[in-house]
Amino acid sequence: MIERTVAVLSGGLSHERDVSIRSGRRLAAALRDAGLYVEEWDADGALVSRLRSQRPDAVVVALHGGAGENGAVQSVLEMLGVPYVGTDAAACRQAFDKPTAKARLAGAGLATPDWVALPHSIFRELGAQSVLEALVARLGLPLMLKPDQGGSALGAQVVRSEAELPTAMVGCLAYADTVLAERFVPGVEVAVTVIETEQGPQALPAVEIAPESGVYDFAARYTAGFTTFHCPARLEPAVAKSVADLAIRAHTVLGLRDVSRTDAIVPQHGPVQFLEVNVSPGLTETSLLPMSVEVYGSTMGAVFRDLVERAIARA
Amino acid sequence: MTTPTTQREPAITGGRSLDRHLSRYARRTAGMTASEIRALFAVASRPEVVSLAGGMPHLGALPLESLAAEVQDVVNADGLTALQYGSAQGMQPLREQICEVMALEGIRAHADDVVVTVGSQSALDMVTRIFCDPGDVVLAEAPSYVGALGTFSAYQAKVVHIEMDEAGLVPAALREALAALAAQGRRPKFLYTIPNFHNPAGVTLAVHRRAEILDICAAADVLVIEDNPYGLLGFDGQTYPALRSMESDNVVYLGSFSKTFAPGLRVGWALAPHAVREKLVLAAESATLCPPAFTQSVVSRYLALHDWKGQIKAYQEAYRERRDAMLTALEQYLPDGCRWTRPDGGFYVWLTVPESLDTKAMLPRAVTARVAYVPGTAFYGQPQGGRQMRLSFCYPTPERIREGVRRLAGVLAGELELLNTFGSVHQRPLSGPHAPAPDTA
Repeated sequence: MIERTVAVLSGGLSHERDVSIRSGRRLAAALRDAGLYVEEWDADGALVSRLRSQRPDAVVVALHGGAGENGAVQSVLEMLGVPYVGTDAAACRQAFDKPTAKARLAGAGLATPDWVALPHSIFRELGAQSVLEALVARLGLPLMLKPDQGGSALGAQVVRSEAELPTAMVGCLAYADTVLAERFVPGVEVAVTVIETEQGPQALPAVEIAPESGVYDFAARYTAGFTTFHCPARLEPAVAKSVADLAIRAHTVLGLRDVSRTDAIVPQHGPVQFLEVNVSPGLTETSLLPMSVEVYGSTMGAVFRDLVERAIARA
Repeated sequence: MTTPTTQREPAITGGRSLDRHLSRYARRTAGMTASEIRALFAVASRPEVVSLAGGMPHLGALPLESLAAEVQDVVNADGLTALQYGSAQGMQPLREQICEVMALEGIRAHADDVVVTVGSQSALDMVTRIFCDPGDVVLAEAPSYVGALGTFSAYQAKVVHIEMDEAGLVPAALREALAALAAQGRRPKFLYTIPNFHNPAGVTLAVHRRAEILDICAAADVLVIEDNPYGLLGFDGQTYPALRSMESDNVVYLGSFSKTFAPGLRVGWALAPHAVREKLVLAAESATLCPPAFTQSVVSRYLALHDWKGQIKAYQEAYRERRDAMLTALEQYLPDGCRWTRPDGGFYVWLTVPESLDTKAMLPRAVTARVAYVPGTAFYGQPQGGRQMRLSFCYPTPERIREGVRRLAGVLAGELELLNTFGSVHQRPLSGPHAPAPDTA
């Protein structure tokens, strides 16, 4: 086999830099185990000149949040003609913006919790009290607040009373200028990784997430032992198929490429609900994609080595 | 992709925890969780961000070339000693030199009562270990050093904070706290205090209060732990009499070369009453066996051959310039309703922001604006400090400090606008430790 030179991009300047560095290190080690020559690069002021001078065979984007997922870094890679693993810039922009992705998927017939996206400016212009009252009247309580962009549950919060809303809004707006408010849907939280193969997008076994605290927040995500995982998820076969179908549909409708992870809720009654999609899923020791890959019977190194070959082949 | 021949069952039926040791941990690990605040500090290490968060000394002031030669001499001349195990108490020549250093703040001590430690943090850990059982009470200033609070938490000690003002610890508040504890039948194990150029408050304990504090503690039979890493970093070269210089039997003094020389060497010390020193030596043997002979040798040679007092003066001047830059920028940029301390030594300014702002909640916005600080909540054992933040001026250049404060002012303006929009808000609980790691600038 030809030895490939791969640059894993991690770090960056988003709030998720720390998580991204951990993802990048783990992915780099896996790719080295799979026989590739790997360098780990930060997405910093030296990146463009490095890409120009060193010309890796492919780049794998392990950046989370900000420029690594909103299509900005992908645009640069496309300008420079560097093959890369992952979704192209245009689709990244769409998928990274949670309200846009939800609207697109709802339009395609996928179930997703009812939502409203509100920028900070609208509260200022129309008065926070009246807008918040309208929000509660529309979505009811409890509801879920998230920044419209970004991951790792940063700024996300379940709001159970009107009194909690202003504080939760301020906390959320510390991470973004627009808040996504969703009707809270109780149920089983699952994450499904989709990997593209020659046979098309394949859904790996779903991971069921059971945080000890009941909330899959930052601590529950990144403190080993704070969450119990079931992979495959403990779902009836028909429900498991619905979950897999939802993830593949999300991947396809949003025009994603190579790899994605869809987060969803399986309510006690009714259809599986799409929550959000990640174009650069976490690859840390506590992340969900590596669990799915393991239960699928493969390895991170093998999966991403194949994706590197696909990226090179389409260049 | 590599297609598996069979799909495996989950490795662990009934769910998979990613930490098989979870049920084995001691209760004292309860707070050791992933923290979104600490994750944010990872961004602060990028050059685009002006970090006013960490407490890394300005090592650019060190003469690295001559130090390199001295380090080489340690290996050439004393390698067989410097690379060998040493005594748990530390090297005798260095302990004698440490006594000379402490004499600058009025301390008369014998080298036999000095225990060299792996930074003064290790000394604090051992002091807490030998004095505190789980549930014991210790007293500390409000706010207090985050590293000390972490140590007290690790030994499951309860921290009772004592009010400070611009002249440091308030004696009346100390009396009140002791009386309140006595009414509950409790006596604190010790008072932990940073009298000079306080971390994080930036204030210095007034000289006229020092004897009073010692008297109050002696009357209540409470030991005093005096932590003094910044005492020689007065910007005008001024020093204050150490508590240990006024009382020898009831004070354990902690010192460090981290701020006056270099933190990477990890050389600190404790000066303790004879009986306490004996226990510290035994505790040191079980904790680290012995402090590193190599770095002790480097420090000893540095003190013997280098103009270390001149180096301290260079540090004082560098930090004074940075302090001035910060205070000027705070005056120039910060909105009404902010107030801050004006340190005459050390590394830190303690900033109080307008009412109802939450410095922890606004940290992500600050990181987006490419400036970082430590939220005030990090410096309390209980939920306090939401309106405060610690600003460090030790590491960035004066120009970067000005730029950082300008960015911070923009963040505060944005938060005030949010407050104006949403009205009064309450602190949002965020998980995990809220202070940067020691290698964060």
